[in-house]
Amino acid sequence: MISKEIKSYFPILNQEINGNPLIYLDSAATSQKPVQVIEALEYYYKLDNSNVHRGVHTLGNRATEKYEGAREKVQKFINAGSTEEVIFLRGTTTAINLVAQSYGRANVNEGDEIVITYMEHHSNIIPWQQLAKERGAILKYIELEEDGTISLEQVKAAITERTKMVSMVYVSNVLGTMNPVKEVARIAHENGAVMVVDGAQAAPHLKIDVQQLDCDFFAFSGHKMVGPTGIGVLYGKKALLNEMEPVEFGGEMIDFVGLYDSTWKELPWKFEGGTPIIAGAVGLGAAIDFLNEIGLDEIEKHEHEMAAYAMEKMSGIDGLEIYGPKDPAKRAGIVTFNLNDVHPHDVATVLDMSGIAVRAGHHCAQPLMKWLEVSATARASFYLYNGESDIDRLVEGLRSAKEYFNDVF
Amino acid sequence: MSFNNLDQLYRSVIMDHYKTPRNKGTIENDSINIEMNNPTCGDRIHLTLQVEDGIVKDAKFDGEGCSISMASASMMTQAVKGQKVETALGLSKTFSDMMLGKEYDESEDLGDIEALQGVSQFPARIKCATLAWKAMEKGVHEQEKS
Repeated sequence: MISKEIKSYFPILNQEINGNPLIYLDSAATSQKPVQVIEALEYYYKLDNSNVHRGVHTLGNRATEKYEGAREKVQKFINAGSTEEVIFLRGTTTAINLVAQSYGRANVNEGDEIVITYMEHHSNIIPWQQLAKERGAILKYIELEEDGTISLEQVKAAITERTKMVSMVYVSNVLGTMNPVKEVARIAHENGAVMVVDGAQAAPHLKIDVQQLDCDFFAFSGHKMVGPTGIGVLYGKKALLNEMEPVEFGGEMIDFVGLYDSTWKELPWKFEGGTPIIAGAVGLGAAIDFLNEIGLDEIEKHEHEMAAYAMEKMSGIDGLEIYGPKDPAKRAGIVTFNLNDVHPHDVATVLDMSGIAVRAGHHCAQPLMKWLEVSATARASFYLYNGESDIDRLVEGLRSAKEYFNDVF
Repeated sequence: MSFNNLDQLYRSVIMDHYKTPRNKGTIENDSINIEMNNPTCGDRIHLTLQVEDGIVKDAKFDGEGCSISMASASMMTQAVKGQKVETALGLSKTFSDMMLGKEYDESEDLGDIEALQGVSQFPARIKCATLAWKAMEKGVHEQEKS
């Protein structure tokens, strides 16, 4: 069980918003940061800050050790085969764009297929739309089941021998659905395609083992897993990364520079042009230490419990519709909903007046909103610092919202 | 729980426009057509205007969104209908200033629009209120160009 004291490590949560104690239920957008991560950043800037991989001086060495040390932590965290397979980038979006622009441009040709699903975040749609347009390829969508899950039958129907790339979200940022990416990777490989996994909502909440999933690429962001913004990771299989060209050129990523031609550093640095995101990586390393201390298995269990409790309590509210799988075991700690007759923005404003932070809108997933036949939804997302009392406050807030709007209508 | 602040936002005039929007629909033939979205939240408005001899003869809207965006669209069409184009643009400027908490020309008769003043206290909702006005400005400017 996750102790209630975990909350005390997150200073931001100890405040009032609009006269009420803050209840933060928007971790799927970004998570809050524990004091351990904040202090790691502060310590780095106060004592170790320097540029990496160049200085002969002591600080340069220290910064390099910290930066590369963070890479080792990430490698173990996702069980990558080696640190060469761990590339530090700005976030999930940058990571997916790198795969599309480098691997995609070199391997996807006219008439080839790229397969994604209806539940993707825009960051796992638009890079593929652009690639398909540029290469004359076909972008295909895997249909969803009625409960917002993906069946392997639909996957098999969509992936063909013309498919070169399959990209899929591991945990949906809207429906909370956990997708069978390991099985999908197997089907992709049987058809000669590579498998890209958008792990932005998975890495904070589940134990990730990229070798066990056997995916070819895995992308995630630090800021959703108690780390700082501006740091993310692309994992890729070494054999593929070795073949790929960098997409950003400049300092730090070169081996030898001539007047008219240059050569690149070895992995992973050839993809890390410019001064890297050193402090961000250090912060991400501290975030991984923090999550490991609690244990990802514990966190996953806690989220299922939160989802189950929230769904039970929320379904007691008349006129409240929850989207996605009804079975809490099939979803992470994300509950997306609408309260009938009250627009989600209005719901979110009323909740905010009670100190409760939820997201309202299309959640960067417009094709999914279309599939759900709604223009917008409200979303409550839970993390390790949320407890049942937070959900009780949410339910109370939703009831007040309903009453308030019943009165004015 | 006290919702005094909310009452500043959701004034009864606003709720009335939300529930029974004025000028809902589209103007057929030869009208100016403007589609505008609020990309961060999914609000969408389809505004049609009929402008003749520098006067906004008719204005209708359709779309989907929250109470503030739809009420504001309803009020906007009501306010600009029958007005000179310059007057409509002037109202838009006044409204924008009001939303941004700037000083605005209080001598102008804003009618129902005045009720939206409370929105300026809710920064996240200002874009909801200004969407319809932006669409109107865009439509008028596009017509001037052609």
